[in-house]
Amino acid sequence: MLWPRLAKNLLARPLSEPPPPIDPAEVAELAARLDATARRRLGRSLAIRQVDAGSCNGCELEISATQNVVHDLERFGLRFVASPRHADVLLVTGPLTRNMRQALARTRAATPEPCFVVAVGDCAVDGGVFKGSYAVESEIEAILRPDLVVPGCPPTPTRILGGLLTLLAAQE
Amino acid sequence: MTGWRDHDLPLLAMWAEPGQAHAAFWDGAAVALARTPAPDNRFPTLSDKYPAAAWFERAIHDLWGLEAAGGADGRPWLDHGNWPILNPMSGRPVRHGAIPAQPDFLGAAGEGVHQIAVGPVHAGIIEPGHFRFHVVGETVVRLEVLLGYAHKGTLALMLGKSPRAAARFPARLSGDSTVAHSWAFALAAENAAGIVAPPRALALRAAMGELERVANHLNDWGAICNDAASPAIHARTGLLREILLRAGPAPFGHRLMMDRILPGGVAADIEAIGGLVAALDRIAAELPALERITASHVTLQDRLLGTGIVTPALATLLHAGGVVGRASGRAFDARTLLAPYDELDFAPVTREAGDVAARLELRIAELRDSLRMLRLILAGLPDGPLSTALPHGPGEGVAMVEGFRGECFCWLRLDDGGLIQGAFQRDPSWLHWPLLEAAVQGNIVADFPLINKSINASYSGVDL
Ligand code: SF4
Repeated sequence: MLWPRLAKNLLARPLSEPPPPIDPAEVAELAARLDATARRRLGRSLAIRQVDAGSCNGCELEISATQNVVHDLERFGLRFVASPRHADVLLVTGPLTRNMRQALARTRAATPEPCFVVAVGDCAVDGGVFKGSYAVESEIEAILRPDLVVPGCPPTPTRILGGLLTLLAAQE
Repeated sequence: MTGWRDHDLPLLAMWAEPGQAHAAFWDGAAVALARTPAPDNRFPTLSDKYPAAAWFERAIHDLWGLEAAGGADGRPWLDHGNWPILNPMSGRPVRHGAIPAQPDFLGAAGEGVHQIAVGPVHAGIIEPGHFRFHVVGETVVRLEVLLGYAHKGTLALMLGKSPRAAARFPARLSGDSTVAHSWAFALAAENAAGIVAPPRALALRAAMGELERVANHLNDWGAICNDAASPAIHARTGLLREILLRAGPAPFGHRLMMDRILPGGVAADIEAIGGLVAALDRIAAELPALERITASHVTLQDRLLGTGIVTPALATLLHAGGVVGRASGRAFDARTLLAPYDELDFAPVTREAGDVAARLELRIAELRDSLRMLRLILAGLPDGPLSTALPHGPGEGVAMVEGFRGECFCWLRLDDGGLIQGAFQRDPSWLHWPLLEAAVQGNIVADFPLINKSINASYSGVDL
């Protein structure tokens, strides 16, 4: 039955939660670091390309969860796109395995300027528990310099969303 | 111990140590281990008898530097030529000199055959891997998967550490199976040390294992429907999963329950299970409607039925377990071997069709059973300590735990001081990836994402 269901859903409270609070000091600090022209050009909508640089897939689970109806990141003007050529933000996870170095560098090269890099998860921040392994690059900075880091193993969807909203707020 | 080649037992896994190769078989009731010396770094192949052995032998070559004499496939696998050292687990790794010849993809010839190369960076929020399709028109003639992009050197990082200190690595072998791999690792360490974790720990492990299964099956259910253009079902399962991850694992202190299972027991007790039970009730209450929509949605079922068939014969040839094996008629579920499932009236579910629809149906049936068992476990949690101290001594241990994909296998060797001298963790995906390659054949390219989701093999779990 379509009508009863439609009526129920129209009258029900939305399932989405209010956005997580963001720290104004962090926004100001980020805004100061980001290039002013880039900020103006991108405005209040960001297309995000996620790049897994060798994660355990835990971070992917929580990034995917930012799309569920509770977190619903699209209502903030944030959305995931299929190609780096359409992206304003590269969301990088994983300890940057040596086997992903070339693909990551090429993804960055395929992303138009301006491009913001967000490192999600302890692995992407500094290698996490895999730091020192023969198979991982010692520093993400050797290839990409993150504009923002979201630590955690994995960070909760709320924290990931908070990080992206900080980036959005810093555009203003 | 069993022989290396003088039997036809199903193969579970192969790995190595410096100077010898190991294999694990299933003898019908338990894991049977075999080993063979590798003089001159060569050992007798198994891949002429077991197709599944080819990937293991390629990994053994790249990591331990041992060559399978007469093996079916000598191409490199995990080593893409980017590591500073060659054969990192061989005990005497040397500097990586020349880049090893990278694999040529297996071909397909004929009028109008062309290739599609995808990855390692895919279009969605997903792990890295390369897919090479040979297609005619829109039909896939051949698919070959190249993995190793997520190779983190996990096994090497475990060596020389105590099982307690090394537990964070199995917990991160494949994040979606963190409970199952941690559990298998803990059991293997306990078996090597000759101890058993206390009853409360066993019950809490099972609770976490079933919660992990429910969360992942909900995820897969939604993802399959989403790829078949039914986002409403995806939205609903996503909501249920979020409710579970908040109410359920929260009492364990981590949404994915990472690092909660340690050798000897569990890291912390469960707190306030009221919210968890309420969440389980909420999910159970919504399941029938969601199931009805899934089963009666004609355009959805049209995409799922008969798509991506893994024939029972192929599943048997690869000895695949887990959802993929059971949806193709193999009644193998490692939970039948494990406490406390003997007290939970558990029996494996199977389907025969082996298509995307069968794998989805099986997951839904398992989900329902997991909810039932979770209620039983939570209602009957035994009192008592959470862990037992692990004695420091030598030993060898093996264990198998059924994760949401299938059986997670772990083998460990502890030295005289109780430190890890050898380790191998085998994700069930080792046996599922080759089946994906087979299941895609003859399907249209547009159905690949759907078939891939329905098998949902782990990249990181295989890349090590
Ligand atoms: S930060 Fe943690 S969850 Fe994320 S990829 Fe690394 S190990 Fe996995």
